[in-house]
Amino acid sequence: MRWIEERCRDLTLGLILAPLLAGALHANAQSNTPPSTPGKVPSPPVPTEMTTSPAATPPRAAARFVVVIDAAHGGADSGARLSNHLLEKDLALALSVRLRSVLGAHGIYVVTTRESDGAIPDLNRAETANHASAAACISLHATTSGSGVHLFTSSLTQIPMTRFLPWETAQGAYAEQSLRLSSEIDSAMRHADIPVTLGRTALQPLDSFTCPAVVVELSPLNTAGKVTALSDPDYQDRIVATTAAAVEQWQRDWRQQP
Amino acid sequence: MISRPQRILFWTLLFSSVLMSVVLLRMRERALDRLLASGETMPLNPPTGAPVQNVTMMMANDMDGSLQPGYQNLALPVDPNARAHVILQHLILNYARPNSKHPIAANKGVNEIFFINLPLEANQVLPGTMAVVDLSGSFVDAHPSGIEPETLTLLSIIATLHANFPQISQVRFLVDGLQRDTLAGHADLTRVYLASDSPGVKHL
Repeated sequence: MRWIEERCRDLTLGLILAPLLAGALHANAQSNTPPSTPGKVPSPPVPTEMTTSPAATPPRAAARFVVVIDAAHGGADSGARLSNHLLEKDLALALSVRLRSVLGAHGIYVVTTRESDGAIPDLNRAETANHASAAACISLHATTSGSGVHLFTSSLTQIPMTRFLPWETAQGAYAEQSLRLSSEIDSAMRHADIPVTLGRTALQPLDSFTCPAVVVELSPLNTAGKVTALSDPDYQDRIVATTAAAVEQWQRDWRQQP
Repeated sequence: MISRPQRILFWTLLFSSVLMSVVLLRMRERALDRLLASGETMPLNPPTGAPVQNVTMMMANDMDGSLQPGYQNLALPVDPNARAHVILQHLILNYARPNSKHPIAANKGVNEIFFINLPLEANQVLPGTMAVVDLSGSFVDAHPSGIEPETLTLLSIIATLHANFPQISQVRFLVDGLQRDTLAGHADLTRVYLASDSPGVKHL
């Protein structure tokens, strides 16, 4: 059986290396920062790491807020056929890119599991997410059934956090945190008048993620007899903006945690 | 002039031929009787004479992600496996009807269901019965892809089985007799699902 070594080792390494890295980065920032120009508003810091490829491992830092975005399917696995011209894999990737940009613009470090239309095995997706030691993992899907947004967390029951977790059910150690993250996104969606269906499901690679993880499944918006298609760019923008707002709120809550 | 031995031989052969014909005709009649007798015991017709029973169907609704109980009167066979098969066939038939709240195109449905008494091994703690549901390939091919519709279908089957066979505590799914990773690209079919006891309307 494949095992996951828990974050204890990573945290220990992070605590040892953090002062060294912080000192080095501070010195580097001082040397590279251009002089501010009067009257010109500086652009928000966009982390250069947000374009990290799936194979790359981000540099570790203790207590850094990292978000993993998992665009579902890819390659020969096209997922659901949403319309004659739209496949689930393409919509998931488009949403992933936009969400990454929005979160990056707010200074949130993002790691993606898929950057192009390639087949990424579930095993590799989980490895990417678990190496990132993320504070939130968001898996993006789409379907033609239902209305609004479906938020899913793993159907695994909460298990105690241990040094080693079984790979197939590692998400069980994060079940309660995942429910809290789902609640955060649910609240933001309802504020944006987007109907939400909450659920729990058995899904790979979700069950192997060692982070608070939620699946956001987009479906056509059906309100008062009016149907908004999944291909509607305004609808997609609303979903991306609302999800980003929920992640920011999660970041604030996350920082307050001991 | 025909000699006497030749005449005796002729009549002997003629008698033998007639006797063999009679014996063959009689054997043919007996074989036909046996065939008809065995044919009467074959269940060629639906069991319309079986007592009609009230069956609970846990019907899925895609719009709110819920399972709501519905009731149907069905003539069910005595054998539990065959009874479960009939119930699930009607459940899937309901989803193929127009205006279904969880539409699935018409298909063959379920190949077979069989029950296994637990525990299979001494170290297992869950008692009860495991139901193994063998879905047809046409059902899987006709199923809409998506986490919500796939999860609802599995939960609907599990809840319907548990509502009518309370002893069922676990459910496994096969497709055409083989294990398959997902139902239609999402919901995991490799795991064993637990049947819960919560009555009434269920949500995902």
